[in-house]
Amino acid sequence: MTAATTLPQFPWLSLLIGLPLAGALLCLLHRRSRQECRWLALATTLATLAICIGLFVACRHGDGPWLLREDAAWIPRFGIRYTLGLDGLSLLLTLLTAGLHVVAVLLAWPEQRRLPQFLALLLVLESGLMGVFLAVDLVLFYLFWEVMLLPMLFLIGIWGGENRRRAAVRFFLYTLAGSLAMLVAMIALYLLHGAQSGSYSFALADLLQTRLPLTQEYLLFGGFMLAFAIKAPLVPFHTWQPDALSEAPANGAVDVTGLLLKTGIYGMIRFAFPLFPNATRDALPLLAALALVGLFHAAWSAYRQDDVKRILAYSSISHLGLVLLGLAAWNTTAWQGSVLLMVTHGIVTGALFAVVAMLRSRTGTRNLNELGGLWGAAPQLSACFLFFALASLGLPGLANFAGEILVLLGTFRSQPLWALLALPGLVFTAAYLLRLVQGTLWGPAPAARAAIPDLTVREWLVLLPLIVLTVWLGLAPAPLLAPLAAVGGLP
Amino acid sequence: MENLVQIALQNVNLAAIMPSLVLVCFGMGLLLINVFLPRGTTRPAVWISLVGIVVTAVVTVQGWGNPQYGFSDAVALDNFATFFNVTFLLAAALTILMSDDYLRREGYAVNEYYPLILFTTAGAMWMASGTDMMTIFLGLEVMSISLYVLAGFFRGQSASNEAGLKYFLLGAFSTGFLLYGMALIYGVTGSTRLTEIGAYLNSHSSLLANPMTLAGLVLLSIGFLFKLGAAPFHMWTPDVYQGAPTPVTAFMSAGPKAAAFAAFLRTLEYCFFGLKPEWSAMLWVLAVLTMTVGNVIAISQTNIKRMLAYSSISHAGYALVGLVAANEIGYSGVLFYMLAYTFMNIGAFAVLILVGKQGEENLTLEGFAGLGYKRPLLGVAMSVFLFALMGLPPTAGFAGKFYIFAGAVKAGYIWLAIIGVLNSAVSLYYYLRVMVYMYFRDPTEDYAWISLPVSVLATIILAVIGCLYLGILPNEVMAMAKTAIF
Repeated sequence: MTAATTLPQFPWLSLLIGLPLAGALLCLLHRRSRQECRWLALATTLATLAICIGLFVACRHGDGPWLLREDAAWIPRFGIRYTLGLDGLSLLLTLLTAGLHVVAVLLAWPEQRRLPQFLALLLVLESGLMGVFLAVDLVLFYLFWEVMLLPMLFLIGIWGGENRRRAAVRFFLYTLAGSLAMLVAMIALYLLHGAQSGSYSFALADLLQTRLPLTQEYLLFGGFMLAFAIKAPLVPFHTWQPDALSEAPANGAVDVTGLLLKTGIYGMIRFAFPLFPNATRDALPLLAALALVGLFHAAWSAYRQDDVKRILAYSSISHLGLVLLGLAAWNTTAWQGSVLLMVTHGIVTGALFAVVAMLRSRTGTRNLNELGGLWGAAPQLSACFLFFALASLGLPGLANFAGEILVLLGTFRSQPLWALLALPGLVFTAAYLLRLVQGTLWGPAPAARAAIPDLTVREWLVLLPLIVLTVWLGLAPAPLLAPLAAVGGLP
Repeated sequence: MENLVQIALQNVNLAAIMPSLVLVCFGMGLLLINVFLPRGTTRPAVWISLVGIVVTAVVTVQGWGNPQYGFSDAVALDNFATFFNVTFLLAAALTILMSDDYLRREGYAVNEYYPLILFTTAGAMWMASGTDMMTIFLGLEVMSISLYVLAGFFRGQSASNEAGLKYFLLGAFSTGFLLYGMALIYGVTGSTRLTEIGAYLNSHSSLLANPMTLAGLVLLSIGFLFKLGAAPFHMWTPDVYQGAPTPVTAFMSAGPKAAAFAAFLRTLEYCFFGLKPEWSAMLWVLAVLTMTVGNVIAISQTNIKRMLAYSSISHAGYALVGLVAANEIGYSGVLFYMLAYTFMNIGAFAVLILVGKQGEENLTLEGFAGLGYKRPLLGVAMSVFLFALMGLPPTAGFAGKFYIFAGAVKAGYIWLAIIGVLNSAVSLYYYLRVMVYMYFRDPTEDYAWISLPVSVLATIILAVIGCLYLGILPNEVMAMAKTAIF
């Protein structure tokens, strides 16, 4: 049964990219009424999510490398085509993107400053992310890769915290510098492939046929990996990330910021590894080493922070270290664990950032030293916080556990030493998360604090689906793993 | 004597100079009409010059795919010339649209301004279609002399006077180099016809290593490089660009610069194809120098007009990369890039005109604080231009840089492409800083002085459309640029 038989013929993938963009335009046109904007944005993100779920239900068992594909000529002068493709991997990531954007819009509900523009930028970001996860022509991918930066630049720079200017500029310069390296590598690969085959093309499927001498392969692999490693972020290219995440506006943008990190990993899986298999094989130990360093360094840094958001930012780096380790182990189990962990981490950390945003709006601070004793004041909020913190540290039965265990099992099978080295990292994770929970929920409450209201209906609407998902994916991750089976190009 | 006149008028083909002829006729007619217009009445002059440009554009476009040669092969109106002519006409039209209100504000609403722009454009057209050194020289002089006047147009302002005088003195000096180079080449080959020079050097290959040929090539190159503001012949650019009236600066950095590229490209390709490795190596060094110098100095500027002047040097450097590549992709990349640069640069200058306040006192970075909130549409337009100048997709700047760097990589100059990309990364910083001021700082002013005249608005809208069209659907124009290469 192919996808085409179950779905009516329609450019669904273009719709995923176009719908949020249209929603953004509508938001800007209706900027006089904040209420209209909110509902417009919510309707847009919900519709996008509905399409994603529809695609998931209809296509997840498709055979062949692509579940859905769209193709049209764009710039024939350079063999650039408008090609979108959906496979199991992009299916999961588009689903995650669409879901987190619904959450983001709900979180942005109380935003006071320039709400229409804020929502419009969120939607443009969703469009860019969809494009990144769907494009299978290199230039098209590059286009979305850069377009995605612009809304993020403004979201951090305009609505961010105190150091927003510095964080925004740093984020922008870092990531762009990396992607320029990828651009040169892309052009070089295109020309090398053209010289070999006689037909110049930027299509991923064509470029995969290129045969390169090892030196060239190393260089081009380096160019691609620089872009992806900065985005992922892989130690030592991670320094922009804690700033960007901690300064990103609490109302809805920050959990989406987390999605940017996934684009780095996605880029490696989709482009860097399959295009340069020999260089990848040789680079895996280095990748694993950097992943382990990242896992520990970030966990240690998280332990030393007092700012709740910074703790979560470092925890993201630490988790992505584990994801990268799974990729570097290079076997099916570890790899599936990595993808699963990437998705569940998006959900859990997104939820944690959301809870912190609620906390911050009540207490006015994110500093651990000024928090404490929350359990007595707001038990529902505290319970949610505890729940997601436990999910984040990989409590069995909750979302992250399945991914982590698969990564460790897979890694142990091919590289037992790496797995053994990674285990203490999980202890570290437990340490900083417990410190976080302890510092906020228990202990003495600051004397001068006013009464704290508990969760509102809107906030429950945000958190409840995330809680359900976290439990569900912890108990039965199989539906997410199923579409991954047919993804090509990997072990 | 009679004999000479006969030779000079051989093979007259007016069709080969028709576009510039029309334009010059409009310019001269305008000069005459100006005499009868009361002082301070500039609207008719604006309209007539715009009509002149539109008529010329129509005539120019007729020539696409229908090359005309004339005057004993001293002029060739081929696709190459036509492509550049359209670029010049666009630059001139956008400049004229944004000039009137600015000149009025600054108190120099003088009619002579418009014919001068038309003459500059005509000179640029001769440079692009010149296939004889004399035609190129003629075009260069017509273009430059009009520009000297335009640069010093604000005769009551010392900065503008300085710009005019500096440009004139240094320009005259560099013209000397150019002419000397031409003389030497004539001495070696006995011809001023580009194709004949090329053929002669080709059949007498020992002459290629002759010091006189090489000296001629170098001197010619210096003349052209001066006009395109390439390092180390760029010293005049910042002062001239800053001192000249803003629309003139915008025009200078787009039209005449493109003209210099056109003539330089044609001369190198027609006459000196035998010396390709030599001049390619020379331009390699200069391209790197030009990009780097422009970008590094632009970082430290706080006056946005001056910053754009330095950035314009670096953009000349990017375009030089296309010449270094010296292949079909590189050359057509130069054509495409100059067109794209016309849109993004003139657009940025048009925003400067609006924000600048009387006497141009509001051109510092602080002057742009919070502009994006007080004037949202202006902010969005400026963002588009800045993103295009940075070279981000989906704008014309990305398509242009992609084109040129692809040419360089194809020619094996991978390091040059990498240096170019690194330079782009440096340039991100200073362009981004303008955005930081526009959006990430609170407004300190209410920008009440900004009025939005329809004509300037038209410039900005056209430039935005150009930036986005060339960025999102570049294929049409890219294909044209490809057929424009000989």
